[in-house]
Parts: sequence; structure tokens; C-alpha cells
Amino acid sequence: MSRARDFANLAGSADVGGITGKNLIINGNMAVAQRGTSVTGVDGGGYETVDRFRTAYNGPPDQLRVTHAQVADAPAGLTNSFKLTVTTEEGTLASDERVRFQQRIEAFNLQHLAFGTSSASPITLSFYVKSSIAGTYGVELNIADASRSAAQSYTISNANTWEKKTLTFAGDTAGAINNDNGEGLQVSWVLAAGTDYTSGTLATAFAATTSANLAPSGQENLIGTDNATWQLTGVQLEVGSTATPFEHESYATTLQKCQRYFYRIGGDFETAATDTQVGRLASGVLSSATASVMMRPNPVTMRDAPNVTFDDAVANYTLMTSRTTNAVTALTGNQSTASTIAFGLTSGATSNDGDGAVLRSTRAQSTISISAEL
Amino acid sequence: MNEINFTSVKHVADEDGNNVGLVAVHDEKTTSVAMRVGNYMYDEIMRQVAAGTLTIADAD
Repeated sequence: MSRARDFANLAGSADVGGITGKNLIINGNMAVAQRGTSVTGVDGGGYETVDRFRTAYNGPPDQLRVTHAQVADAPAGLTNSFKLTVTTEEGTLASDERVRFQQRIEAFNLQHLAFGTSSASPITLSFYVKSSIAGTYGVELNIADASRSAAQSYTISNANTWEKKTLTFAGDTAGAINNDNGEGLQVSWVLAAGTDYTSGTLATAFAATTSANLAPSGQENLIGTDNATWQLTGVQLEVGSTATPFEHESYATTLQKCQRYFYRIGGDFETAATDTQVGRLASGVLSSATASVMMRPNPVTMRDAPNVTFDDAVANYTLMTSRTTNAVTALTGNQSTASTIAFGLTSGATSNDGDGAVLRSTRAQSTISISAEL
Repeated sequence: MNEINFTSVKHVADEDGNNVGLVAVHDEKTTSVAMRVGNYMYDEIMRQVAAGTLTIADAD
């Protein structure tokens, strides 16, 4: 095949999603859920199931309880979606209450948008959405570095039906995004918003953030109905004014992208039948009879030095040396970097300074979460 | 309601007594927090401290 033909095919491949790296959203097909596939009784914002996506609460709505889940329900060509189910509705929405589902995009990944210059590129967001409550919903973009926002609305025409939505935003010539590892752009789907956010005129083009202009006046209140559901998948944010087909990538590629922000150690165990719940989590050395430092290289360079979370009570982790195995008594300092986690532990006093040690789990939920999320 | 409900947050000191970290207990989990602005848990701790709803205990 000629070189000219190769180039022609490459150019044409954009029409079938062939150019890689165009999607600024990570895990837009909701394939990766390292934290787990379902969490019930969620009473606040944060990361729960599918990687890189979180909820954000304002107000907050304090009666609301929801379930987050990665489910095997998606439009043709996709496999998974994120599903939020209202299990305890909020009741009357206060003016300052708002619930959003969002992804915070790292600023390093947005420099080619040239925001803050006369060359700022338009961007197009496309996604599949399905909800038990049809009607008008908002999408908000926020540039934290510049305190500027833009918002548009979309309509779910039919309840419980997958629909594809496309929204194009003009590039922001005034709001620069810093070239760093901080938050560059926040993309939020509004699920409910009080009048503090709906009483103005929707800011369809980027402007200084004004709360009243961030959600459409007819915004549906998803959290006001028990058992209401809202699902999302096939999310793509790309440069330009046209939505192209969703960019499929290998699971391994998406997982690696997600691990820049979060990964979990454990949950997989030794094969010995008598030790089925024991997993080796990290290794290190004792700096005294009771104190040790554990280390482990990160699978990819993380966004920043991460937090280290013991997902189970610390007593359910053990420190094994050549002399003995003792329960961990405390998690102490964090000397982690973007490339390596390093943290301190205290444990029982039957080993010696200088002994090598292995940190182990004692049951399935004794995992360690490493997070450098935005 | 806060984004993260902390049971406790405590400083971690180095051998010279300098505060070099934070250990937070929340949702029956324990986190050794990287003290970095932009780290969502560190930022949330500082937000709650500024709001007067959370106090960081001294290191042991």
C-alpha cells in the first residue's frame, strides 16, 4: 500500500473513531470501576464506583440517599454505564441545594485547547443518557483556574430510553487553564439544582462564574423522587464543533489512565487453601521493634503524591517478618511520591530493627486504596 | 453534611517533632494524607478546619 493511501486512510479514520487520544474524558465508557461496582446508601459527594467520575453536592441535600453502580446496560456498541438510583428522596429542594455527576480533567491534558488565547478551540461533548424522569437537564463546564463557567441544557425526550446528546461550547478566549497537574476543567451533569443555580440566564458561553447562571430554569429535580434513576455512558469531550464516534480503547489503556489518579492493592490472594484471604500488599523494613516503613512502586506515575487509605480496620492487616506475624496497630506517616508509595506503620514488638517485613491482608476487604484524585 | 465525615484527624511528626503528615479516620477507614494543596482529602480537611467543624489533633 502506498504512503499516500496510508495517510488517506488515517485521515478518514477520524470518521470511525480511528484517531486515538481525542477523548479528553477518561473512562467515558464506564468500563473501569476499581473501587467496586455498587455502593448503596451514599449520602454525600465523592468517588464511589466508576473511575474518574464523582458526585458533587452543594447545600447539601441531607436526607438524600442514593446508590451508585456500574451496570451492564448500555446502548449498542457500549457495554457498561454508570447508574444512580435515588433510594431516599430529598423532599423539597432548598435554594442552595445541587447535585452533580462530574469528571475533573487534569490541566496538563487540556493545553491544546488554547483557552485564554485568541486561538481557543471549541469543544464538543457527546454522551448517552437514560433516566426514569424525562425533561430538561443541565451540563456545566467550569475552569477552576479562571473561575469561569459555561452551561447548556439538554432534553431527555423519553423516560427509560437511551438517547445520545451533543453539546458544543465555544472556546474560552479569556479563561486560561494553567499548565500543571491541577484541575483544568470540570465537566458536570446537573441532576438537581435549587433556585440559587437556576434563577439567572444560562451562561451558554464561558463567562465569569455566576451561580444563578449554571443550570437551566426548567432543570428537573431527579432527587425528589424515590427510585428515580439516571444513567450515563459513552462520554466524549473533543476539540472541534462536531461530535465524532466514541473512541474505543483497550481496557488496559483505560485502566492505566485511571491509575494515574487511583488504584487499589489487594483483593487477590495466595492460593494456599488454608490462607485464602491473605494477600501480600507491600514490603518494607522495620526501623525499630514496633515501627516500619512500607514501600511499593505505583503502576504508573500518578498525578501527584497520593493518599494511602487502609480500607479496613488497621487491626485486620498484619506485618510478617522472619520472626513473627503481628497485627498492625496504626498507620502513620506518608512519604509517597508520584512514582512510589511509602508509608509508616506501627505493630507488635516481637521483631527487630532492620528486619524485612511484608504487609498482608487478613480478609477480602483488607485492601489499600491509593488516590491522587482531583 | 460534609463531603467526607472525619472521625478524627491527627498530625504525624518526624523525629524532630515537625508535623510532616496527617492521618485521618473516616468511614471506618484510615488514610495517611499527602499534605498537598489540590489533594481532595487534604483540601477537605483544611476546609472543615477553616469552617470550625474539625480540629486536627497533635501528633503522638
